[in-house]
Amino acid sequence: MNLPVLKATDFASDQDVRWCPGCGDYSILAQMKKVLPELGVPREKTVFISGIGCSSRFPYYMNTYGMHSIHGRAPTFATGLKTTRPDLMVWVITGDGDALSIGGNHFIHVLRRNLDINIVLFNNRIYGLTKGQYSPTSSEGQVTKSSPMGAIDHPLNPLSMAIAAEATFVARSLDAHVKHLGDTLKRAAEHKGTSLVEVYQNCNVFNDGAMAYAQSRDLRPEHTIELEHGKPLIFGKDRDKGIRMVGNQLEIVKTADVPADDLLIHDEKSNDSTLHYMLSRMRYPEFPEPIGVFRAVQGVATYNDQINAQVTQAKQQKGEGSLQKLFESGDTWQVA
Amino acid sequence: MSAFTPGPDSSAKQIENVEGITVRLAGDSGDGMQLLGTQLTNTSALLGNDVATFPDFPAEIRAPRGTRAGVSGFQVQFAAEEIFTPGDVLDALVVMNPAALVTNIGDLRPGGLLIVNEDGFNDKEYKLAKVSGNPLDDPRIRERYRVTEVAMTRLTRDAVAELGLGMKEADRCKNFFAMGLVYWLFGRSLDPTLRFIAAKFGRKPDVALANEKALRAGWAYGETTEAFGTSYHVEPAQLKPGTYKNMMGNQALAWGLLAAAQRSHKELFYGTYPITPASDILHELSKYKNFGVRTFQAEDEIAAIGATVGAAFGGTMAVTASSGPGIALKAEAMGLGMMLELPMIVIDVQRGGPSTGLPTKTEQSDLLQVLYGRNGESPLPVLAPQSPADCFDIAQEAWEIAVESMVPVVILSDGYIANGSEPWKIPNVQDMKPIEIAHPTAAEDSDKPFLPYARDEKLARPWAIPGTEGLMHRVGGLEKEDGTGNVSYDPENHQHMVHTRQRKVDLIAERIPPQKVMGPPSGDILVVSWGGTYGACHTAVRRCQSQGMSVAHAHIRYLHPFPANLGELLSSYRTVLVPELNMGQLRMLLRSKYLVDCIGINKIKGKPFTVSELVEQISAHACHDHNCREEESQEDACEDGIMQSKAG
Repeated sequence: MNLPVLKATDFASDQDVRWCPGCGDYSILAQMKKVLPELGVPREKTVFISGIGCSSRFPYYMNTYGMHSIHGRAPTFATGLKTTRPDLMVWVITGDGDALSIGGNHFIHVLRRNLDINIVLFNNRIYGLTKGQYSPTSSEGQVTKSSPMGAIDHPLNPLSMAIAAEATFVARSLDAHVKHLGDTLKRAAEHKGTSLVEVYQNCNVFNDGAMAYAQSRDLRPEHTIELEHGKPLIFGKDRDKGIRMVGNQLEIVKTADVPADDLLIHDEKSNDSTLHYMLSRMRYPEFPEPIGVFRAVQGVATYNDQINAQVTQAKQQKGEGSLQKLFESGDTWQVA
Repeated sequence: MSAFTPGPDSSAKQIENVEGITVRLAGDSGDGMQLLGTQLTNTSALLGNDVATFPDFPAEIRAPRGTRAGVSGFQVQFAAEEIFTPGDVLDALVVMNPAALVTNIGDLRPGGLLIVNEDGFNDKEYKLAKVSGNPLDDPRIRERYRVTEVAMTRLTRDAVAELGLGMKEADRCKNFFAMGLVYWLFGRSLDPTLRFIAAKFGRKPDVALANEKALRAGWAYGETTEAFGTSYHVEPAQLKPGTYKNMMGNQALAWGLLAAAQRSHKELFYGTYPITPASDILHELSKYKNFGVRTFQAEDEIAAIGATVGAAFGGTMAVTASSGPGIALKAEAMGLGMMLELPMIVIDVQRGGPSTGLPTKTEQSDLLQVLYGRNGESPLPVLAPQSPADCFDIAQEAWEIAVESMVPVVILSDGYIANGSEPWKIPNVQDMKPIEIAHPTAAEDSDKPFLPYARDEKLARPWAIPGTEGLMHRVGGLEKEDGTGNVSYDPENHQHMVHTRQRKVDLIAERIPPQKVMGPPSGDILVVSWGGTYGACHTAVRRCQSQGMSVAHAHIRYLHPFPANLGELLSSYRTVLVPELNMGQLRMLLRSKYLVDCIGINKIKGKPFTVSELVEQISAHACHDHNCREEESQEDACEDGIMQSKAG
């Protein structure tokens, strides 16, 4: 195959990027442009579909096909496109408000159908485009423009939700951890089925530093834990802490205090999602928050494959549909 | 030896010839009245009669047994002439219980035939129907109608006794007994229904046999009992030569979509969420995967249209359908489809509103919703079929308009059309013209940037689809610059784009046929109707014409844009009457657009118009005064005068 070698700049559209200076979105855009050439999918076979919100301007900045749709509904447009055009690589770009609030229903259903698309959820725990109201992932008690006495909603955990919705690929990364982000996006693209990547993304205008505990290079080693398939769960600047299971609870231990095989070994391929779900429940400050691939289950049929397989099967069984035969089927009568 | 199969008119009794019969079968929701009705309709159609049907059933799957709310009815008119409605008044009414009697008797014409399952009449049933005693004891009923009581339940049990079925199973066959009796009465053949029984119950031979026995027993009962002296014969209707099939509206829509897809060499994507009365389109289309149909039962109405827009973006023929409440949910995405300027079809099978309204009843109250129920200036073409069989044509027409103008097109059907049926002349597929669609490809030698919002003479933009090299572009709901499609907040551009999108739809008026009228081109009254009221309006206007009134009928198929000559036409009549099953939505549009003072005839009962109520209304507005007649052309006035004197 002699595919032209593309560079990151080949994926940039001619439009000026209009996010606020310092926004975490820039980093995600840059990593996407870097990863796409590595996937070997031509630009014209690549489609970005977004909803509404700051993140959803993303498609305008990509020199691919794209659709900036309506609030919360990007997965639905992707469903129609991918089922009828399985030859395309389809990305959904969404945010915490878009995917989890107004679009919560579609988020669940696209995951359970295992449509072969990639969803990148920019989670900044705030509404940015509408200027600073609390979002479904804002912390309880968070003071925002619309919650002067503190938000009273219990926050939603997108990864727990995704795992409960039968997602086959669930991952988390950080805008500031660019290498990790690039690698995670690449893994998402390579997965067959719906891939969900939650990206902790800093909104430096309305919610600056909300996830600094994970994003800051200094704090990250203590407050996040990088998941690697087949490896024990170890974290800390000195990699001196680990996670083990006691009864049906996870707990932090000093690696020096326990035998090495006491530590939990990450198995992203397990069909049973119980442990993946438990990992998704690890929240700062009680636990380091896992980043990386929580779950990557192979071999689950995709919605697009199945809908098209039924068409193929029907054609094999009944033959290519003939309108005339259909029209003349059943009871008919002649008028001379 | 095969059993004797009574055919039409094989009765030894006296046979009376009639032009047409309107019969309603009414019973409890669980009594199988809809099945009985569809069988009678198919059988009549196969005998060559013109048929029109009106099923009427409760929204509940099994409303409390025996109650008035649980009554399910099926009305069919079959005739030796062309008919356009299922009939106003009943020549015959079959009732299975007291609730069915009291809720339907008002529609039976004086002297009409009332056939009663007397086994369904007892104290328990009176209580359920909330009647104080047997309504048949009211002497007025026997004075006014020809009443025949038949012990249908007991006779059915006797007929199937030898099969050793349980009482419940045996009683379930009583609708077939009623069917047999009705078939005898109207000279119908048992053959089609026997074939149906064999196909439907083939896997349960005892049930099939029981139903067959009940059917034959019903026929034999009519032939032998002295209760019936005469059966009726209806000659075949003189329809245009060809092969016919009985078609329901929703089925015709589904088949029309299949035809449109094949004509345009596209595969069909149908994204939808179940809702009465649109779901049957999904059931129908999901059977045709071998035609390349992909049906997507979405998580909600919004996902259904979202997927439709997504499929359209990918270059597929994409369709969504719902009823009023679902269309309300789809509004935002319909606006996006309009903004993206992609072809697709949105079907609204209207039902009684507002809110959840009357799910199984008919109404025409979504016209303004589909025209104006979106934010911003959001013009979409709107078409309405006039009858069940017309749905086949309109689905294809909608697709042609959608691809020519790159715009979502709305089809406004309704519950009456969706569930009603009529003969449909089977077209020759080879005679169907292809629908040409050209997806652009990048010119190899051109280094000019691709303009996704460049426009042709119809103001349509190119349908460039993902996968096409060199044509990468982004679409979205933000206002875009004409030509490039880039996001634009420029005030002049916005005004230009709003006008352009409207103008694009307005231009369709130049390509659709001019509005036709049935009747004089000018005169006293013009009746203007749209959608499913066609049959009643057409029949009423004809009747008024035959009574000498100067009245014409214009049935509007294109509700947006209106045909170019419509305004001129409206001003050619002294009075414009607009019958609608709403509070006057079309009337409002006509008045505001053409400054013509239209008079509404508005019915909001969840029921179609009857011909007689329209005739009454038209007559009330007819000019019986010589002075106003002088305003008309000499010829018309003269002709009317003669006809009136004849009628007088």
